[in-house]
Amino acid sequence: MTPVGLPRELIAMRVAKELRDGMTVNLGIGLPTLVSNFLPEGVNITLHGENGILGYGGIAPEDEWDQDQINAGGQPVTLNPGASFFSSADSFAMIRGGHLDLTVLGGLQVSAKGDLANWAVPGRPGGAIGGAMDLAAGAKRVIVAMEHLTREGEPRILEECTYPLTAQRCVSMIVTNLAVIEVTPEGLRLRELAPGVEVDDVQHATAARLLSDHVKVMEL
Amino acid sequence: MDKVYPSPADAIADVPDGASIMFGGFASAGSPTNLILAIYEKGTSGITGIANNIGLGDRLDMLCEKHQIKKMIVSFAIRASARKQSLFEQQYVKGEVEMELVPQGTLAERIRAGGAGIPAFFTPTGVGTVVAGGKETRVFDGREYVMERAITADYAFIKAYKGDRHGNLIYRKSSRNFNEVMATAARITIAEVEEIVEPGELDPELVVTPSIYVSRLVQGIRHDTRWFA
Repeated sequence: MTPVGLPRELIAMRVAKELRDGMTVNLGIGLPTLVSNFLPEGVNITLHGENGILGYGGIAPEDEWDQDQINAGGQPVTLNPGASFFSSADSFAMIRGGHLDLTVLGGLQVSAKGDLANWAVPGRPGGAIGGAMDLAAGAKRVIVAMEHLTREGEPRILEECTYPLTAQRCVSMIVTNLAVIEVTPEGLRLRELAPGVEVDDVQHATAARLLSDHVKVMEL
Repeated sequence: MDKVYPSPADAIADVPDGASIMFGGFASAGSPTNLILAIYEKGTSGITGIANNIGLGDRLDMLCEKHQIKKMIVSFAIRASARKQSLFEQQYVKGEVEMELVPQGTLAERIRAGGAGIPAFFTPTGVGTVVAGGKETRVFDGREYVMERAITADYAFIKAYKGDRHGNLIYRKSSRNFNEVMATAARITIAEVEEIVEPGELDPELVVTPSIYVSRLVQGIRHDTRWFA
């Protein structure tokens, strides 16, 4: 039986430890959005939204909602001093041009080589690509934040993705409810375990071989 | 030159069946709602639409009520996690509408290229995925890129904050999104604005869309756009 591991908020908290002062960061819809709630002390970052906004703050209180001032998830947001607005073409020039330090994306599957699948599942029509393919291809660093297993208990980390890909060889780190895993040229390297989780638990929940020579317990 | 039309219905009166139309906007911000409602009333059919999103909460989805849309070129359309199906999704599942799904940045750049006289370009986005299927790829400096073609359209329906009678436009907050590039990429660009001002009232330093791109201008009324993913 796979342990439950961390709740979503603590996955976000662990991802937040990867943020460094001065970074420009794009947070994907869903779990990644929570990361901005857990910025380490003294770390100021600039949030980029692919809809054409740089320097937004938190989710706006309901009485300050403005339908023209939103993030890429469609949520009304506040602005920090020094914010700016621009077109979608400029926004993706920032992304593809390598001007973003980091993006945190949700995931459906990640392969041992760092391929990401996060926009469609087989057998469902159409889909919603949004900015995911551009972010995965363009950001300097891609972290995937996701549950280790699907709701049906299937591993999301595999030798090869079986869902339609978002981008090839783009992921550098995976943070899940069970572990922190780095994608390295040698393969997937298990770096940290959630409290109460053992190496065997993570390997059992992962359909790819994990290197696990220097593993420590996650500090939150 | 005064480009102001008396109403949204007048501004779109010549849009024929089968037209290709770009619709600006992103979720709740910058949707040309007055022009969409006018084309809904007019009942124009066989539309090829180009937009960032169509789905629940989008006024664009209304055009599916009367089966006005033939095809959408779009980045965000059908969410597997959505609680219920949009009209567009229902019709897509039944094979009644076509969809070309495009990564959002590629969509923006294809439109930008269309407006700038660039027929095609190479992008890293989508390499090794279904969106690269059947497209030319090339390696530059050791990295693989996929060739994407420009998009232009018969009409662009865009939403700006203020416009002067010549068609110079400024936008409000994050409502600029796709409006700014779409304004450049259509044969006829129709802008609805919240306020029409006299030439000279907009600071030339702050004009975002210069008048050369805008064919027609119309005063809209502000609609609350409720949007949920």
